[in-house]
Amino acid sequence: MKHKIKPATRKSFLTYAIMIAAFIAVEIMVSTGSASNMFKGLLIPFCVYSIAAASLNLTVGFLGELSLGQAGFMCIGAYSSAIFSIVTKETITNAWIRFPMAILVGGFFAAVFGVLIGIPVLRLRGDYLAIVTLAFGEIIKNVFAALYVGYDSNGLHFSLTSQGDLGLAPDGKMLINGALGISGTPKDSTFEIAFVMLMLTLIIIYNFVNSRTGRAVMSIRDNRIAAESIGLNITKYKLITFGLTAFLAGIAGALFSHNLASLQASKFDYNLSILVLVFVVLGGIGNIRGSVIAAIVLTYLPEVLRGINNYRMLIYSVVLIVMMIFTSNAKIRGFFAASFGRLKGMVFKNKTAKEGE
Amino acid sequence: MALLEVKKLGISFGGLRAVDDFTMTIEKGDLYGLIGPNGAGKTTVFNMLTGVYKPTDGSIWLDGENITGRSNIEINKAGIARTFQNIRLFSNLSVLDNVKAGLSNHYTYSTATGVLRLPKYFRIEKEMNERAMELLKPFELEADANVLASNLPYGKQRKLEIARALATQPKLLLLDEPAAGMNPKETAGLMNTILTVRDDFGVTILLIEHDMSLVSGICEKLSVLNFGQLLCQGPTGQVLSDPEVIKAYLGE
Repeated sequence: MKHKIKPATRKSFLTYAIMIAAFIAVEIMVSTGSASNMFKGLLIPFCVYSIAAASLNLTVGFLGELSLGQAGFMCIGAYSSAIFSIVTKETITNAWIRFPMAILVGGFFAAVFGVLIGIPVLRLRGDYLAIVTLAFGEIIKNVFAALYVGYDSNGLHFSLTSQGDLGLAPDGKMLINGALGISGTPKDSTFEIAFVMLMLTLIIIYNFVNSRTGRAVMSIRDNRIAAESIGLNITKYKLITFGLTAFLAGIAGALFSHNLASLQASKFDYNLSILVLVFVVLGGIGNIRGSVIAAIVLTYLPEVLRGINNYRMLIYSVVLIVMMIFTSNAKIRGFFAASFGRLKGMVFKNKTAKEGE
Repeated sequence: MALLEVKKLGISFGGLRAVDDFTMTIEKGDLYGLIGPNGAGKTTVFNMLTGVYKPTDGSIWLDGENITGRSNIEINKAGIARTFQNIRLFSNLSVLDNVKAGLSNHYTYSTATGVLRLPKYFRIEKEMNERAMELLKPFELEADANVLASNLPYGKQRKLEIARALATQPKLLLLDEPAAGMNPKETAGLMNTILTVRDDFGVTILLIEHDMSLVSGICEKLSVLNFGQLLCQGPTGQVLSDPEVIKAYLGE
């Protein structure tokens, strides 16, 4: 019997191949100088939003629960990793060691908060869960926007009112300056590291989905009562998924904060959560590759359209609607799949004929 | 010792007494039927046995262990598995994955092992695949292993639900109207399958059924419920000829 590759494995490896091909193409464009500055500046945001969207798809597409708190977890990841980098800037001078550690710190703290918030929140379902996660996201953002943290020879100082309240010694340094946020984060993010993190995210998500845990998570999504009847611990699997989503969002946040000289909490408002959800919905719920493609297209589009200022949002919204129709209408999808199949038939005509012999 | 002992079980929903003073003993290896007119409380009894509802009174003992009031997850781990009157499959998973979900608590590896694809992942997954195919065999579902559960024809969906329940290695299998919606030919096939399952997997079976050909054909003992109360209990032939039972089913 011929050894057959499982469809799930084929799907994931096709995604990896597309990603690597795109990466090589971009590297060639950058090294030959054919990439514009605007495009080069967008490379890291592409990866950040792709990671955020793909990880949110775990919760929305595979757990089947609507979460609007993605920006909050990105915020925790961004702040905790930035603080780590600033504090250790002098002791760990090698960015190749410091930055991966910072990314892990960002992911870890986001995951811890994901689980802590998940314990009470995941009892809710549907719209209620969406509302509560939205609220938690806003709470996180607002706490960071009001937080003043500094350190001096006496240790760390916290305040929720003003910089003056910290009572820093003359040798003290500010870490978080309220609404002004964090400045002085080393710019460690590079496209190459961001791409590696995106690939790792995709591998983690695909492996997770095609494992025992992923199967249990999808069982719960499909039929909660039946899942309980075969002894699956609903709370445990929900928390694992929610925690993993938060962990990956934290990584996205770490990449984000190390790409900016100064970072404000206001960047992580609910608009960002909604934006990431739009990527997920337009890319197809439960479709990881779609999330990444939607994130890249919809991040690139507004920037490209800057030239035609007045019509920018008009075209953007038309594209949104068209994408929505394409991904949700089975007839249109079928039409394109069929024409793609015919095209493939024409191109590979000789090859298939040979195989048929 | 009896496998399942139900003692004076009762449940009230507000002012409604759905089941009252229900007592039943099932021996290991029995093929036991629970029958009664619509609304008699049969499915409510199932829901209490599997922990979906907490009984108001009485106790349930499985293999000498008191399982009254435990959650449905714990009761499944203790050894009771069930199917549902309205089919509840994991419709977006393949037939094979439905059964593998049922195997989750017996073939374990951690989430990290799965994400990192450690050797243990491949070993356990292989064992799971083999075991799942074995479970699909008596139901003639091997050829459909990679079909989505929602794309299966109705009769096969019912069978898949039984296979999934068996995957959790139960001592007692509860079947809620397994022949509902089947034609006489399919029902005859199902009767054979149920007997094979009992003999090959060594499980005890308790089933709810309205199809009297199935009940009289394979059940060895019966309990009859009427308006939440036990009407009659005993060997099948004796119960079905009981005048009280005939009255409850056909009227006077």
